[in-house]
Amino acid sequence: MERLWLPVGRVVEERVMAKQRVKFTFPTELIKEPVIWKLCKQFDLVTNIRRADVTEDRGWVILELEGEMEEIERGVQWVMDQGVRVDPVAGDIVEG
Amino acid sequence: MSYASHLRCKECGRCYPLNPVHVCEFCFGPLEIDYDYQALGRHISRQRIERGPLTVWRYSDFLPCDRQQVVDIGAGFTPLLRAQNLGEALGLRQLYIKNDCANPTWSFKDRVVTVAATKALEFGFDTMACASTGNLANAVAAHAAKAGLRALVFIPADLEQGKIVGSAIYGPTLVAVKGSYDDANRLCSELVEKYSWAFVNINIRPYYAEGSKTLAYEVLEQLGWRAPDHCIVPMASGSLLTKVWRGIKEMAWLGLVDWAHTRMSGAQAKGCSPIVEAWERQSFNIRPVRPNTIAKSLAIGNPADGYYALKVLADSGGVAVAVSDDEVVEGIMLLAETEGIFTETAGGVVIAGLRRLAAEGRIRPDELVVAFITGSGLKTQEAVLDRLAPRLEIEPHLASFEEAIAEHGETVAAGRQSSRGEGHG
Repeated sequence: MERLWLPVGRVVEERVMAKQRVKFTFPTELIKEPVIWKLCKQFDLVTNIRRADVTEDRGWVILELEGEMEEIERGVQWVMDQGVRVDPVAGDIVEG
Repeated sequence: MSYASHLRCKECGRCYPLNPVHVCEFCFGPLEIDYDYQALGRHISRQRIERGPLTVWRYSDFLPCDRQQVVDIGAGFTPLLRAQNLGEALGLRQLYIKNDCANPTWSFKDRVVTVAATKALEFGFDTMACASTGNLANAVAAHAAKAGLRALVFIPADLEQGKIVGSAIYGPTLVAVKGSYDDANRLCSELVEKYSWAFVNINIRPYYAEGSKTLAYEVLEQLGWRAPDHCIVPMASGSLLTKVWRGIKEMAWLGLVDWAHTRMSGAQAKGCSPIVEAWERQSFNIRPVRPNTIAKSLAIGNPADGYYALKVLADSGGVAVAVSDDEVVEGIMLLAETEGIFTETAGGVVIAGLRRLAAEGRIRPDELVVAFITGSGLKTQEAVLDRLAPRLEIEPHLASFEEAIAEHGETVAAGRQSSRGEGHG
């Protein structure tokens, strides 16, 4: 699965910081996994959840990720490698 | 002047000024145009509308644009046809076809793009952009040409040459994106953040989507200012279904038609049916899918308005239906052979869905039904090529013709078949 992201770059102490708005969609087998907590622990990222709907068998979370651009890319790739679908918050852009 | 008053978040209800933004800063929910309906109600009348031009702009009071700089190449006011033959085939006594093949670039996308292009000029953009595999690209390229805007059209690198001509002819910059569908989505998300362009279905989306409401206004007016009992609409992002419903409700709120109890039903192809799949699970949660269908113009695996489409289906008493690619082709051919309308695959989805719902009794025979045909079949000829009857090959003389036609199982009468039109001089 490919990465989908919305960077808003700014420079903080010579590091390129970015924000990315994303939607995580969780399959049933990952509902009980603390994926977002692990993301914060393993990567230098701030997560800011804005909306979510999670039940016992499925769930989605819309959140903002903030950190260095490369760190966001690595973090999002790790999330996808776990089996979570990552999409832009605005849905698909390519139309017929 | 426009009666649009502000943008409102569809999730949390926060309001924003009418700027080129599409997402709520607080909850990241989608933004939608709100209007001053009290002022509009004092001003609007059937007679005022009927005096307007024969395009979507006769409903300009319901659109979020000022009228000074309208980018108009004639989108809208397409035929609403009584489909007697198809109705008889499906057991529906009051069936109508809204034929949006008759738009300038042969699809309903002209409705949304005429509004988007007009807003792009109002906002002072010099470039209009989109990512599309067909209909949207055609409409953006054409309207940008008319408006004198630069057009950037992003297409998948493997798109067939025949699909490119309908956009390239208008002189846009065509950018072929190598890679997957997701790669193109990601790139466009990045572009809209970096460049100050009117990206019609991203930062201009709240305005763009309003153009779809004109389909509803036209149907109501063409039916003699009454709402249909049942509409069947193709679903991709789900936006069209929600906007047709909104258009019907607006006209009812303003007293232009009697209060509407229209049932809204939506159709998708099975190879990309995330909205129907959620409907069948009785859930409002869309599970994104990877599209795999011949109905490319409906192939949106992660539909932005899927949740809202599900709400409309539920609130209006409609249903969602998914049909196979074979049924899509049958739907295209059935419409062509009964009503003389050649639709693209999205229209095949609608007709196949209609056939299914009628056969299952989920559309009653006496309902006044409108099926929305949103694009021309000339754009997706490959879908039906191998299903067409073979042609008769003959030598250039009469005997050869008569032999061939007899083998084909037809008879021809000698002499004149009809004297109709003769002898009145």
